[in-house]
Amino acid sequence: MILKKTLLIKEGSQLAQEHAAPIHGEDEGTTTGLNHRKMLMWAFLGSDCMFFGSLIATYLVYQGKSLEGPLPIDVFDIPVTSISTFVLLMSSMSMVLAYSALTKNNMKGFRIWMISTAIMGSTFIGFQVYEFSSFATHHVEIDCVNPGELTKYEQHIFDDGCSSGEAHAESHEGLKPQTNLFGTTFYTLTGFHGAHVTLGVVWLLSLLLLSFKKGVITPEKNLDVDLAALYWHFVDVVWIVIFTVVYLFGVFPGF
Amino acid sequence: MSTFPISIPRPVHPTGIWNWVTTIDHKRIGILYGVTAFLMFLSGGVEAILMRVQLAGPELDIVSAAVYNQLFTMHGTTMIFLAVMPLSAAFFNFVIPLQIGARDVAFPRLNAFSYWTFLAGALMLKLSWIGGATDAGWFGYAPLTSVAQNPGTGIDFWIISLQILGVASLAAAFNFIVTIINMRAPGMTMMRLPLFTWMSFITAILLVLAFPVITVALIELTFDRYFMFNFFNVANGGSVVLWQHLFWVFGHPEVYILILPAMGIVSEVIPVFSKKPLFGYKTVVLAGAIIAFMGWMVWSHHMFTVGLGAVANAVFTVTTMLIAVPTGIKVFNWLGTIWGGSIRFTTPMLYSLGFIAMFLIGGISGVMHAVSASDAQQQDTYFIPAHLHYVLFGGAIMAILSGIFYWFPKYSGKMFNERQGKISFWLLMIGQNVTFFPMHFVGLDGMPRRIYTYAGNMGWDFWNGVATGGVLILLIGFLLVMDNIGRHWKNGEPAPPDPWDGRTLEWSIPSPPPEYNFEEIPIVRGLDDWWATKQGDSYKEIPASGGSGENGHNIHLPQPSYWPFVSAAGLFIAAYGVVFNDLLIPWGLAAIGLTIGFVGVYAWSLEPVNDPEEDSTH
Amino acid sequence: MSQELSAEEHTGHPTAGQYFRIAVILCVITAVEVGVFYVEFLGHWMIPILFVLSASKFTLVAMYYMHLKFDHKLFTYLFVAGFILAALIISFLLLLFGVYS
Repeated sequence: MILKKTLLIKEGSQLAQEHAAPIHGEDEGTTTGLNHRKMLMWAFLGSDCMFFGSLIATYLVYQGKSLEGPLPIDVFDIPVTSISTFVLLMSSMSMVLAYSALTKNNMKGFRIWMISTAIMGSTFIGFQVYEFSSFATHHVEIDCVNPGELTKYEQHIFDDGCSSGEAHAESHEGLKPQTNLFGTTFYTLTGFHGAHVTLGVVWLLSLLLLSFKKGVITPEKNLDVDLAALYWHFVDVVWIVIFTVVYLFGVFPGF
Repeated sequence: MSTFPISIPRPVHPTGIWNWVTTIDHKRIGILYGVTAFLMFLSGGVEAILMRVQLAGPELDIVSAAVYNQLFTMHGTTMIFLAVMPLSAAFFNFVIPLQIGARDVAFPRLNAFSYWTFLAGALMLKLSWIGGATDAGWFGYAPLTSVAQNPGTGIDFWIISLQILGVASLAAAFNFIVTIINMRAPGMTMMRLPLFTWMSFITAILLVLAFPVITVALIELTFDRYFMFNFFNVANGGSVVLWQHLFWVFGHPEVYILILPAMGIVSEVIPVFSKKPLFGYKTVVLAGAIIAFMGWMVWSHHMFTVGLGAVANAVFTVTTMLIAVPTGIKVFNWLGTIWGGSIRFTTPMLYSLGFIAMFLIGGISGVMHAVSASDAQQQDTYFIPAHLHYVLFGGAIMAILSGIFYWFPKYSGKMFNERQGKISFWLLMIGQNVTFFPMHFVGLDGMPRRIYTYAGNMGWDFWNGVATGGVLILLIGFLLVMDNIGRHWKNGEPAPPDPWDGRTLEWSIPSPPPEYNFEEIPIVRGLDDWWATKQGDSYKEIPASGGSGENGHNIHLPQPSYWPFVSAAGLFIAAYGVVFNDLLIPWGLAAIGLTIGFVGVYAWSLEPVNDPEEDSTH
Repeated sequence: MSQELSAEEHTGHPTAGQYFRIAVILCVITAVEVGVFYVEFLGHWMIPILFVLSASKFTLVAMYYMHLKFDHKLFTYLFVAGFILAALIISFLLLLFGVYS
């Protein structure tokens, strides 16, 4: 019993010391030594996984259930989307380089990488705007080809003004959210991703502006940038999933 | 100089309404939550009374069928989102920091934001009565919610207010996850956390993971209604069953979000009034975690009659019956705690014992319709309201009342009238059984739920009359509870710091606690640390190092802020703008609201937690 | 304990060069993905291949760019809990809707 008590005293004083020990920076005085805000950020990202998970689940459940075209195979342009995917991946690299430059007290490098991240993010949004508008005005005109070369959607709208055995396809119907289930689920999923990217760009630019104010963002006070970076990379990994599941699988004939 | 660019001075209002608007003290926010949620509970009660009056006899015509639909929908939504969840949140706010030995929560301003957002959502939903409330059930099954079926604004109000309430719940849940992990006093390891804090922690994790699902489902519904998307439009291939899945993927964890904090309260009250440590602490924690995990794998038991197929029904039957095991473990742990204890039958203890009995009945009828074959008979009959009221009224509300009385001395600093408390307990206990038990009979007799009246020759009128009579007893019981609380909050006997001979840290500080809670941050050496201290273990004399001593001088507390309130107000305006999006300029009001919210969040994030200049004056 | 961890965190962080190499790997994987997509004889084998490739990209970004490899395990738990649950719910829903049957 006495032994137990001494042990307890020891434990207690150790704890007291640990607690009193000054921990530098913003993690001061937390139980785990981890920063409150960073922990909140990770909990939020876990929660956001469920958000995108539900949107992706809706997309996949409705895959191939559209009653009429255009379908993914009619509108997707994989090379173009590959480029925008590349841009977003590179923006993630530029983001870590910005954070890395900041921690090394290279403010100029930090600002350059922040700007380039924001620009690449905006470029990605630009690609998405282009993609959405080109899908929405998707127009098919094919002169007199073998019907076997047409997709289901194109066949659906062909008329026969060609010589025997050939088909002519023409369409003025674009892909709008209201058109079919594919439009509904695709625009909602990628649209919410785009909204996340847009918010990220606003966040990065705000931090960039703040960095010109003295003492707000310094090599020691880098948490704001760290958190924005986490958010940015998360948006990137969500796109990695969307690119594979929506775009690549979407055009795959097995689906 | 502070980094805050807009030079609006920090609010300094020691008293009055502005103090409440700008407060970020977790105890005050807890009280705000509690009072608001109790008012909402009363409004949900009024809706229930109207329904019961309408059903008192066959073919009555007190409310119309249309109003009846609105009544049951609003009653369900109110009780779940505006009463039980925020009442639990009131306890999270008030109790958790005290139990873990902290001076506030991790994000005090986010906490204020949670409350004001909750209030915005609650007002939003309740104001929808003007112009016709939602009437598609609290589950809002598609296509009842489609524009074609339901062109009014009721559904829009319902969608938007649930989204706002979701924001409030998520903000609170993030806050409490971080608070519980990161604000524990030295020595307060996870396995020394009081049970209520543990169950709240599990609840917060459930909230964080479950709410995004309903958010997505509601977004999809919004797009369907506002922009003619096809998510639940069968004509274009959409599936109404998808809504049911998404809703219940959220909805079943939600059930545990409602009941786990209640179980936590009971696990606090029973050891104190049995004068014994909780039997099998680790088992109770583990059982709670298993319930939370398995809660994700049972959702389709709400959909047994949809036609998911034999395999799916069988799988969900098995998982649902399995979840009864950890729940049963908890019941046995509570019984084991009471066994051989020196029991004091105080008001909070009576409510907790009532909880065990009522929750057990609800649990057993729950296992009955866990069997999909049996559920095929019970689905959409009054047997289901009987079950869910035994777990939510007999369970959650009894536990919450237990908590209201148990912590009453702590939050009010006064004592309530024990005699009156006991009388009201027995009234509520008798009242709820008279109200809800007959629903089992009429349910098995085939009376469907959600009908506004029934024919006289069905044989349902006697038990329906009895149930309506029970509501009268409940009403008297609640009036007594309110009188007890209201009167004694003002004029009760001053409460000692530790009136119940408690076991956890909140009883080691004065009632009501000072603004800074703990003059010195306690050092915790074991489970039920305060109890051990009172047993005279001398090792507790070691002074804690974390405190700053001297009656609260030099204790840095976060300062009040306007911005949480402003942000929540912006959200409220924006929500109105979404419902009435064609007012004057299309979407103009929504844009104004969002701008206010955006400015609020921006100013908030630029405002330091503590103004450095303020600090230097200490 | 916490101090040890934070010390490790500072020394263990990748350098700019390492970040760049990871970016190159990410690009190569993306290029392979798009390439695989055009290889028609793979048939249904394409699905698991693309799945593994995108999962490895995801893991690289999460571990290195988001520092999960160097940070406290708790952050990984918070994130992975949401991720795994989302994956489970998606799989359950697809099974229930019989998409691939």
